[in-house]
Amino acid sequence: MSSRASILEKIKENQPASVTELPILSTLGLEAFDVLEKYKTVLQGIGGDFVEVKDYDSVIDFVKKNYATNKRMITTIPALAEIAETDWFNDDPHTLENVELTLVEAHFGVAENSALWVTDALLGQRVAPFITQYLAIIVHKKDIVATMHQAYDRIRNQEYGFGTFIAGPSKTADIEQSLVLGAHGARGLIVFLME
Amino acid sequence: MKNNLEHSEAAAIFNKDVKRVDWHDETLWFVREKRDKAAHQIPEWELLRETASQIKNNVLSNIHDYLVEFESNALKNGIIVHWAANADEHNKIVHSIMEKHGVNQMVKSKSMLTEECHLNEYLSEKGIDVIDSDLGERIVQLRKEPPSHIVLPAIHLKKEDVSETFHEHLGTEKGNNDPQYLTEAARLHLRDTFLTRKVALTGVNFAIAETGEIVVCTNEGNADMGAHLADVHIACMGFEKIIPQRKHLSVFLRLLARSATGQPITTFSSHFKKPRDGKEIHIVIVDNGRSNQLGREDFRNSLKCIRCGACMNTCPVYRRSGGHSYHNAVAGPIGSILAPNLDMSKNADLPFASTLCGSCTNVCPVKIDIHDQLYKWRQVLVKEGHSPLGKTIAMNGMATVLANPMVFDLAGKAGRFVMKNMPALVNNSLNPWYKQREMPAPPEESFREWYKKNGKESKAKNNE
Repeated sequence: MSSRASILEKIKENQPASVTELPILSTLGLEAFDVLEKYKTVLQGIGGDFVEVKDYDSVIDFVKKNYATNKRMITTIPALAEIAETDWFNDDPHTLENVELTLVEAHFGVAENSALWVTDALLGQRVAPFITQYLAIIVHKKDIVATMHQAYDRIRNQEYGFGTFIAGPSKTADIEQSLVLGAHGARGLIVFLME
Repeated sequence: MKNNLEHSEAAAIFNKDVKRVDWHDETLWFVREKRDKAAHQIPEWELLRETASQIKNNVLSNIHDYLVEFESNALKNGIIVHWAANADEHNKIVHSIMEKHGVNQMVKSKSMLTEECHLNEYLSEKGIDVIDSDLGERIVQLRKEPPSHIVLPAIHLKKEDVSETFHEHLGTEKGNNDPQYLTEAARLHLRDTFLTRKVALTGVNFAIAETGEIVVCTNEGNADMGAHLADVHIACMGFEKIIPQRKHLSVFLRLLARSATGQPITTFSSHFKKPRDGKEIHIVIVDNGRSNQLGREDFRNSLKCIRCGACMNTCPVYRRSGGHSYHNAVAGPIGSILAPNLDMSKNADLPFASTLCGSCTNVCPVKIDIHDQLYKWRQVLVKEGHSPLGKTIAMNGMATVLANPMVFDLAGKAGRFVMKNMPALVNNSLNPWYKQREMPAPPEESFREWYKKNGKESKAKNNE
């Protein structure tokens, strides 16, 4: 008998005789709060930062003022083509190792933990938000939901090959519990909260 | 055959460096306090725990069907699924994937399952170079130690230790103990690893039956750096990682990081559903004793564990004995109820490494009755003949004394006499109760004697 068959058979034999019911989730995540304010506070609490912007032009202005524009920048947003490359989606992902700033858009953000939901439709390449030194994510203010329950209500049956919640810059506290930003992924995360 | 020191023996060694033990104790308690702060910010925290517990109860009661559903959806997504009955088969499967691709280097992110299966040792015997990419795991790997905590692998080390290790292996400046500097050195060293490895192995936090996708949570981004740059991504999971539907992730992702470190969520919660074009994702589903545990009614709830480590951070015994004292991949209270299932004789000491204070049960995000199970394991282990000889003799002696009032009276008198007139007989290192504490002053008489003189009846008599 294959291991698959023997494992499954043993599980069937040993699992409880009757199936217990799944709980309902609809009573969770109903607490009312100002989602945008909460989003901002939590994001800064975990080492990220935000800027409120009107449109893509204000994103361009901010990046020009605050990042080393002589270094490599990549984006999946056509409106940002002035400051970043837009033709790297089919390159070998290893060639992105010298990227200074990746700019992408998120489907939505979550106030309770400041996480942003992105999938490969928005990422260009899966490694793009990880391999970069700094990460910038644009999200529309109307697309901030309260908790993870509303988040998965929005994701529902969304089709993707890869999707991830990103909350703040990459970090570690593995040396004596001292928090260090920029473990393997981005050293900094700026969120553009757009009207 | 026992290769390891018993928990109490290893803990005694750990306890020799009082300052370091105090530091270890305080550091973990600090993490526990961060967990409390995060939990208290969620008014419905207890409802969340209850909901998570109910979802996991449902999983355990229907796990056969969920696994079949998961496999069929994963296959539809283009993922290759393997099944391993035990650690050895798991290791062979991983090695065969490496062989098929003619690759002898692997980058690995955190997976306690591969620690349980001793995959690194197996692969290195086969000439495969494995680099752990989680910073804490890389530190202990360079020191040839196992992780001492499932979430904080290097929590037993001070920054001076890390500095020395990095100086030796990564050529960092001698005596530079700055965590920022040391982390940066590891970042540069591992970036090169990520860019050159063709096979990446990760653990699995959750596997969703409904969609056939897996979720991997990290703060460092190391699982993603490995998986998205490699041609082959191998993800290894114990079969209990399965959850029914995508929406159930909302409950677990709210609980996991808050319970673990007090963060509102891990930095990255990555959902892998399909491989990139032309690349491979392999999932290895492992039993290794889990189906036995599923059949033990008193202990099956241990399979609800989501590996947050909260029970370890709160445990007074773990905090003052260190993870290595548990001689098992998973230490602390949860490790002590999982380990006897893997090897009863080798791990018979672990359920006794607890005060049964119940703090572990109180913080567990999926409401595992950890301290009850510790207590129940003790009964099982004694019944099956795994209790230490000394303890058996002492227990039998105690039973005789307590069952017989005359003997009890005599034993009490003798005890009081000895403690009063020959204290050195009990105040010595052979008596474990004397360790780290003074014996109390012996009372003049027993309660029984006192009651004879002062009880209602005797008082009435005296007043006659």
